[in-house]
Amino acid sequence: MSDYQAVVVGAGCAGSVAATVLARQGKSVLLIERGSFAGAKNMTGGRLYAHSLKAVFPNFEQVAPLERKITRENISLMTKDANTTISFTSPELGERDVTSYSVLRADFDNWLSSKAEEAGADCVYGITVEDLLWDDKRVVGIRCGEDEISADITLLADGSNSLLSERAGLAARAKPRHLAVGVKEVIALDETTIDDRFMNNAGEGTAWLFAGAATQGHVGGGFLYSNRESISLGLVVTLADLCASEIPIYQMLEDFKAHPSIAPLIKGGQLVEYSGHLIPEGGYRSIPTLHRDGCLLVGDAAMLCVNLGYQVRGMDYAIASGEIAATAAGAALDDNDCSAANLATYRSLLEESFVLRDLRAYQHFPEYLAQTKRLFKEYPELAARIMKSLFCVDGRPVEPLRDKVIGPVKGIGLFTVARDLRKGMKAL
Amino acid sequence: MIRTISVNVDEKLSVDKFNIDERNPHIILKDNPSTAEVDKLILCCPAALYKRDSQGEVSFDYAGCLECGTCRILAQDTVLEKWQYPGDARGISYRYG
Ligand SMILES: Cc1cc2nc3c(=O)[nH]c(=O)nc-3n(C[C@H](O)[C@H](O)[C@H](O)COP(=O)(O)OP(=O)(O)OC[C@H]3O[C@@H](n4cnc5c(N)ncnc54)[C@H](O)[C@@H]3O)c2cc1C
Ligand code: SF4
Repeated sequence: MSDYQAVVVGAGCAGSVAATVLARQGKSVLLIERGSFAGAKNMTGGRLYAHSLKAVFPNFEQVAPLERKITRENISLMTKDANTTISFTSPELGERDVTSYSVLRADFDNWLSSKAEEAGADCVYGITVEDLLWDDKRVVGIRCGEDEISADITLLADGSNSLLSERAGLAARAKPRHLAVGVKEVIALDETTIDDRFMNNAGEGTAWLFAGAATQGHVGGGFLYSNRESISLGLVVTLADLCASEIPIYQMLEDFKAHPSIAPLIKGGQLVEYSGHLIPEGGYRSIPTLHRDGCLLVGDAAMLCVNLGYQVRGMDYAIASGEIAATAAGAALDDNDCSAANLATYRSLLEESFVLRDLRAYQHFPEYLAQTKRLFKEYPELAARIMKSLFCVDGRPVEPLRDKVIGPVKGIGLFTVARDLRKGMKAL
Repeated sequence: MIRTISVNVDEKLSVDKFNIDERNPHIILKDNPSTAEVDKLILCCPAALYKRDSQGEVSFDYAGCLECGTCRILAQDTVLEKWQYPGDARGISYRYG
């Protein structure tokens, strides 16, 4: 007899949901987290697309600690001193099935793990899982210091810097081109100032992504989310590209904050937290082996994340993969067979779900970004040049509109622009 | 060449909540790591914990570590002797996240 039917390592989005679903099935579950509470070690941009959370907690909107419902989407192409922004707002962004919310993980994850506890999972905090227990080639539990806990199945939900997926022999250490580092400042401002500055109705918020000078031409982008009484402002830069930079990530963030289009947004705000975290960005092709005898990988540990520049998603995939893994693990426990062959249903359920359908659909995108560095420099500059030719009036006779637009495009080359566009469309 | 730095990251870290394990460093560097490898960490460590002074001397302080794993991914075999998560709920504790 094992100590538990299932042990889940990591109480982030993926782990807490997996533990909840397994506990609801009546399985004995241990959820184990290294932070002194769930969320203590976690950070995100962020915005949570709510659909997958809703599937597990239909009433989450009434009970979860959410910051603001996102009803304004901004995307910017930034140059050193200019910024071209598209702003979209529509009541449809806040409608039933497409809602998304800004969240802060300390509170959010703490709430989510309390739900696993309510469902009947044993939850322990402040304990780091150091290693796995083995019976020949089968994972049979975990080790924390002197303590060994046996389990029929072990779910690894230990996030993007997953030491345990390597220990399990499922993943090799991730490559620098498959990971980005994120830095973020949480900047406190009062609620009405935020409403006014970002043109948000009470309780509603803005998601804002920046390409170009935010990362000083490097592959990545800037982000800003309005929370109830703070702003989350930060950068994400692919490690492989950042290594070749001349400027450290923290200085990039400082320069981004000082940009003439950002400085007024955070004026008078007070820094209340500085954080850093890795993000999986390699997409479908970087996904490791997801299961072996007695063991499954979920969430960021399985590299289930996409960054499209105008959209970053990892939390909704983490939640969905947690639920799907729990379904597969539950069925394997019922069969009394947690062998790799029987756990292969996890992979097939994931492939059929939106999670791997999305990642498959975007599988060429990470490569496209890495190869099309013009997106981070020349194109933002092109946008700014076109805008300047439209809006700067000095009394000289006007040029035809066509020349104002085509002139700057010719600077890069019509053919190059057309090719980048076509490839981009294909990769999305 | 790494550009001149105008930001003081220590000041930013001073608003964060840490519970440092003074006796057990969770990250230890090898002796005399290669310059090029350390440069990567100077560029990528969000907490600016990898430093090189004007004499070229490398220093590192694990207090202030955000436990992101960036240095582990980039230089586990070249610069690092050891990279572990801190035990006993030590290290960074985010209040916002
Ligand atoms: C800067 C940034 C911006 C992002 N923006 C967005 C966004 O806007 N929208 C979005 O959907 N996604 C975003 N993401 C991605 C998203 O945050 C992740 O995909 C998501 O958090 C993954 O959840 P997870 O549960 O798999 O992992 P995590 O949330 O990382 O959880 C892993 C848990 O495991 C614990 N753990 C690790 N090792 C051990 C161990 N050995 N023993 C015990 N516990 C352990 C950790 O403490 C942690 O609690 C962003 C990420 C970053 C870094
Ligand atoms: S884990 Fe992250 S914050 Fe800590 S030293 Fe390494 S790169 Fe810096």
